[in-house]
Amino acid sequence: MTQLVPLQVVIPLLAAPICLLLRDRRYAYVFSLAVVWATFAVSVALLGQVLGSGPLSYAMGGWAPPFGIEYRVDTLNAFVLLIVAGIAAVVLPAGVGPGSRAAQDGREYIFYTAFLLCLAGLLGVTITGDAFNVFVFLEISSLASYVLVSLGDDRRAFVAAFSYLIVGTIGGTFILIGIGLAYQMTGTLNMEDLAARLPLVTDQRTTRVAFAFLTIGIAIKLAVFPLHQWLPNAYSQAPAVVSAFLSATGTKVAYYLLVRFVFTIFGAGFVFGALHLDAILMPLSIAAMFLGSIAAIYQTDLKRLLAYSSIAQVGYMTLGLSMASIDGLTGGIVHLFNHALMKGGLFLVVACVAERLHSTRLVDLRGLGRRMPITTAAFVIGGLGLIGVPGTAGFVSKWYLVLGALERDSILLAFLILLSSLLAVVYLWRIVELAYFQAPDADAAPIREASSSLIPACVLIAATLYFGIFTEWSAGVARSAAIWLMGGPV
Amino acid sequence: MRPLAMRMREKVVLRVVSRSFIPFVLLFGFYVQFHGDFGPGGGFQAGVIVAAGLILYAMIFGLDAARLVVPQRWTEIGAVVGVLLYGGVGALSLLLGGNFLDYNLLDSHDPMHGQHLGILLVELGVGITVTSVMIMIYYVFAGRGVGARPPTAADAER
Repeated sequence: MTQLVPLQVVIPLLAAPICLLLRDRRYAYVFSLAVVWATFAVSVALLGQVLGSGPLSYAMGGWAPPFGIEYRVDTLNAFVLLIVAGIAAVVLPAGVGPGSRAAQDGREYIFYTAFLLCLAGLLGVTITGDAFNVFVFLEISSLASYVLVSLGDDRRAFVAAFSYLIVGTIGGTFILIGIGLAYQMTGTLNMEDLAARLPLVTDQRTTRVAFAFLTIGIAIKLAVFPLHQWLPNAYSQAPAVVSAFLSATGTKVAYYLLVRFVFTIFGAGFVFGALHLDAILMPLSIAAMFLGSIAAIYQTDLKRLLAYSSIAQVGYMTLGLSMASIDGLTGGIVHLFNHALMKGGLFLVVACVAERLHSTRLVDLRGLGRRMPITTAAFVIGGLGLIGVPGTAGFVSKWYLVLGALERDSILLAFLILLSSLLAVVYLWRIVELAYFQAPDADAAPIREASSSLIPACVLIAATLYFGIFTEWSAGVARSAAIWLMGGPV
Repeated sequence: MRPLAMRMREKVVLRVVSRSFIPFVLLFGFYVQFHGDFGPGGGFQAGVIVAAGLILYAMIFGLDAARLVVPQRWTEIGAVVGVLLYGGVGALSLLLGGNFLDYNLLDSHDPMHGQHLGILLVELGVGITVTSVMIMIYYVFAGRGVGARPPTAADAER
């Protein structure tokens, strides 16, 4: 059933405008729920097919590749498709939340439309085998995510969305220039074709410039330190549900794109052998791990704290990539999956808190452990995952990263990975201390657990525990993708 | 200061010229739309030309008059219908057993005719969406702040 390949993108893409027509809050909610679950089912079926019978290729419009646009599904992007669609399927039931601008104006359908468009864009970036198509879908997802961010609770969301738009557009333009230069050198946009032709022209300056533009453009979208400045504002001003979705999918798709361009298109030999990307990316990753965590320690708002923690976590992923070894890359890819679960779950917990407290400031969390016990417990479990405590998903990714570091005979690197994890203990302990060891304000009214966001949050947090113990599925698929990327047998 | 629409009423040359000009702008837009598969042009360009004609109307005769011709709600529906027309052609070719957007299957006898029909419908979808979105953007920006605050002394000086 190769017809599933286009449906992965087409279902959410065409559902988005229908959602705009529905207008009614409940119809739009039920309809978009059905759509994201159908999309998730398609991604499960695709991964099953790819693992069973190898990569799928699909010729859009019947025009054979490399002339037409090709959609290509292999182990790596089937895995990423599953993550993106799965997170959407869990996050969307939480709804937009009553505080957001869309709900205040009674225009929730705007949220659902933008959400579906963003989902379609992210899936499109992942599934396509055509470099220019990557740019088109990247713009679809970016434009939709600017709208989603601007739906935040107050007017500061507009400023955050606007600066995100400026930075995101610069990133998108860099990617387009990179693709254009690669096209100029090879005369093709098909990724497989590019991979076959680029090695012949690697001594040309244009090829190197193309790679530089692509790397920096993707690094902006990925929020690699020091290009991360848009991320804290965007994630802390957006509605918490949007932060959950974007933090779990947006940077992940950018990471996939970097892996795709580095390993399968330009080739690890060129990128690490001739250009020494690791010499730049590794120090930046380590800086992100430390500075992101240190910045998180000083935040006074829960959403900003998690946003800075995201920058540190992106550092772990790019560190895995810069090791250019099977273990390191496995660590990076499996952290893509694990961090999506953890950060998605944690931001959904924030959505629960915001729904009841109407605030995400840390000082308002005093005594939360007694007022919302399930929510607080979920936050603590998710936090343990961020630290990398054994038994949680975060441990699995750090395990592979440390293995990768030891494989390079770099005890220092392994030490730094562990040391930076301790910083996560510091910023998470502040919340535990406030929530469990301080009494709530005397005049605080008793509150119930949140309504719609609690179950999705618990599902994701429970998944971090599940994939912390049963790793053969998550780490297994990541490992086979890493082996394939490093040129080994599938 | 009187509203812009009232001041515009005195500009006889602008009113007369644009009134006779707008039909030709729209006609040219349709030409670019439907001749797009034989010559230069296509849905995007045609959409921009048609929208430019309507925006000219809105500038000369006022936003309210333009909203009588094309209500704001229509622009939203148009934007949606265009996308769905484009995607619907793709979905139809999927249902007919081909690949997404494979126009060959749209005509069971003559693939060439199918290609022709496919590109015509898809470009029509593009045209409708582009026209609607251009007008929508103009409405949103031009309608911003109209009647939101009483004119101040600074406005009167200008």
